[in-house]
Amino acid sequence: MTLYYKYLLMHLRAQLQYKGSFLMLSIGQFFIPFTMFAGLYFMFEKFGKLQEWSFIEVAFCFAIIHQSFSLSECFARGFDSFSSLIIRGDFDRLLLRPRHTVLQVLGSAFEFTRIGRLMQSLIVLIFAISQLPQLWHWQHIVIILFMIVNGVFIFVGIFMLAATLCFWTVQGLEVANVFTDGGREMAQYPLNIYEKWVMKLFTFIIPFGLVSYIPLRIILGKVDEPLWQAMIIPFGGALFLIPCYLIWQFGVKHYRSTGS
Amino acid sequence: MRTYTSVWRIRFLNGLQYRTAAYAGIATQLFFGFIFIMIYVAFYNQTPVQPDLSLQQVVSYIWLQQICLSLVMLWVRDPEIFELITSGNIAYELCRPSSIYPFWYSKLLAQRVANMTLRCAPVTIIVLLLPEPYRLTIPTNFITFLAFLITLLLALLLVVAISMLIYISVFWTMSPTGSVLLFAVLGEFLAGLVIPIPLMPKWMQLITYAFPFRWTVDFPFRVFNEHIHGNELIIGICSQVGWLVVILGIGYWIMKKAIRAVVIQGG
Amino acid sequence: MDEPIISLQGISKSYQVAERKGGLKEAFKSLIKRDYKVIEALKDISFQVQQGEIVGYIGPNGAGKSTTIKIMSGVLLPDSGSCTVMNMTPWLDRQKYVSNIGVVFGQRSQLWWDVPVIDSFQLLRDIYRIPQEQYEETLEELTALLKLANILNTPVRQLSLGQRMRCELAASLLHKPSLLFLDEPTIGLDADSKIAVRSIVKEINERYGVTVILTTHDMNDIEALAHRIMMIGKGTLLFDGTLPQLQQRYGTGKIVQVTYSGNLVDKLLPGITMIEQSDEKLSIAVNTELCTMPQCIQWLTSRIEMTDFTVQAIPIEDLILSLYKEHNV
Repeated sequence: MTLYYKYLLMHLRAQLQYKGSFLMLSIGQFFIPFTMFAGLYFMFEKFGKLQEWSFIEVAFCFAIIHQSFSLSECFARGFDSFSSLIIRGDFDRLLLRPRHTVLQVLGSAFEFTRIGRLMQSLIVLIFAISQLPQLWHWQHIVIILFMIVNGVFIFVGIFMLAATLCFWTVQGLEVANVFTDGGREMAQYPLNIYEKWVMKLFTFIIPFGLVSYIPLRIILGKVDEPLWQAMIIPFGGALFLIPCYLIWQFGVKHYRSTGS
Repeated sequence: MRTYTSVWRIRFLNGLQYRTAAYAGIATQLFFGFIFIMIYVAFYNQTPVQPDLSLQQVVSYIWLQQICLSLVMLWVRDPEIFELITSGNIAYELCRPSSIYPFWYSKLLAQRVANMTLRCAPVTIIVLLLPEPYRLTIPTNFITFLAFLITLLLALLLVVAISMLIYISVFWTMSPTGSVLLFAVLGEFLAGLVIPIPLMPKWMQLITYAFPFRWTVDFPFRVFNEHIHGNELIIGICSQVGWLVVILGIGYWIMKKAIRAVVIQGG
Repeated sequence: MDEPIISLQGISKSYQVAERKGGLKEAFKSLIKRDYKVIEALKDISFQVQQGEIVGYIGPNGAGKSTTIKIMSGVLLPDSGSCTVMNMTPWLDRQKYVSNIGVVFGQRSQLWWDVPVIDSFQLLRDIYRIPQEQYEETLEELTALLKLANILNTPVRQLSLGQRMRCELAASLLHKPSLLFLDEPTIGLDADSKIAVRSIVKEINERYGVTVILTTHDMNDIEALAHRIMMIGKGTLLFDGTLPQLQQRYGTGKIVQVTYSGNLVDKLLPGITMIEQSDEKLSIAVNTELCTMPQCIQWLTSRIEMTDFTVQAIPIEDLILSLYKEHNV
């Protein structure tokens, strides 16, 4: 949508005005996943391996989820910080404009300093791929792309659900962090290291498994499934957006019935 | 002292009012605790290699992290004080540094304690009752528990002193966000909030000894899970006190300079 | 007669508000159970507005003004009743409806804070899908009318309140709406800016025929602009008429200010009330139904020596206050 692109440019220009602060924050953002990665590295140093996964494989898994997360935090910030939009009373203004609420909310905020995180996970991603020769075919790169993009959809869906909650109450929103930050913490490791029910939750309810663990096994050659499955499965992430969107619409309707 | 009790009271009452937030906070802490523990369980269960810190001790460490989070985390969030400095309104509050420093210090202290008192009881009760290996194991004797409380208190005082430095730095940078983030991220890592220090390789552990951060998280928690005891404990407490004195001193002195600069500039 | 542009019939709306009391004990209680209170914001509101009218919509705080505006602008759904604006129901087919209305909130900006005004305008052009040619034409007209030429390239955060309000008005008119809602447009402005805003609104109404619904607490806005006044109190419509009608009903009186010498110690004529008196000046309120102006002047001149004398109609604020008082709002 060209309007989304225009919103993006405008916010970019606005944020780049504060160059010094922008740089500092981006650097800080770089170090957040950096310390997490350092933690991961140290754990492998101590333990050698994690069940059947090597350090490089887990680093690869880590990078993919962090890419998705930083992309969604950068480009779907509007939903992530929806609570402040509602508190300021600006949602009424969105309703007074002849565009879809989702588009406008997405365009209401961007957080470009997340590029710091993006850089860090990109470096890890490139590093991991370089150490995993089984990934050096174009089909695998396409699959990785699908995994990342659909991962973004999942996070956006969660943001949307948390934002919908704001129509009822603006407190207690930190629970949403359990699924965004918490989900990321969990999914940065291959899901089969956890208990069975956890794996099921994060595969069928909030389908992180579909964008990381399951295609991961295939493209790393851990299971003997055909490659095209790894191309299709990640799109479960896109499907996840559908119920989230419906719930959002329900929330908007509630807001318009009860006022702020 | 009066500042402390009044700020604590307001925060606490405020927190109670918002019951959804209270429930949500408790749920969040429990979930995050679970998530981290599950990761450690996955690592520990597979290998015969048993590191320095046992799984049980790690579990206790994680739960303490969640329960005491408001007390020990470094990421600061008091927009009022930032606002005061950047807008220059500090000039209107012109007291000598001998009044501002304790005032802000007690305010920050009270906020942390109030936030914690809201959440800690229900969470603590729940984690004491969980099945193995997720349960929080309490220390075997009362002396250890007492030592823990002492070290936790010192840790809290130390964290607030460190965070005071962050606020004071804003006098020069005039922008609260950038440097705070970097400082907080690295500080928390060096404190042991990402992984416990004994699980780091030796060379990294040596690096953390150069900074005061480890005394705020790693040390008191390991006193609790009895990883640290005896002489190490005594030496540790002395180190805490030492760092506390140094950082309080530096903070106070820098603030004095900053205030003088503000006064000379006229705000 | 033409179809009215706005037609409300029997609109009602209630809110549920959580009750929160202070104190430690109440705080603990609220952890378990929450008490709710039902507030009837609008009770059976009906009125019509013709194309091209400027309607002043007034009432004390909490009377239901913003609720009515929200319903008419399609943001809020009423509990019952019907509302037709420009042959559409505002809350159905929202996107189509709002592309024909403009809204200005005096206290909240619709412009993007950190970028130049012109950037906000361009974004609005994209949001409202205004064809480029029409946009440029309208922009030129509005820039001339609102005197924006010097400030188009300034970031909104650097504008004064008066300048910002002019930009807000322009922003709300870029897409050429037939209906404009102005919510406290002069709040916080200095006297000059207020006058400027009023004349702009008047000009817009006269030149483009834009219907204007204006909510305000400043009665000078009403006096300067409103063809018609609607007053709402406690959810019901208490008055719907013109300013002369309002004056006739509540303001059959005049205020007389006199500079004098001498002594005025006699009991006042019935119909005359003393407002203020000093050694040299006095001001009295005269109820012209009980005491005509000639009678009053005659009475005054027989007792004191007047050197200066002014008569004014009762200020509209006082009229409104008596209206409020009569209806206990």
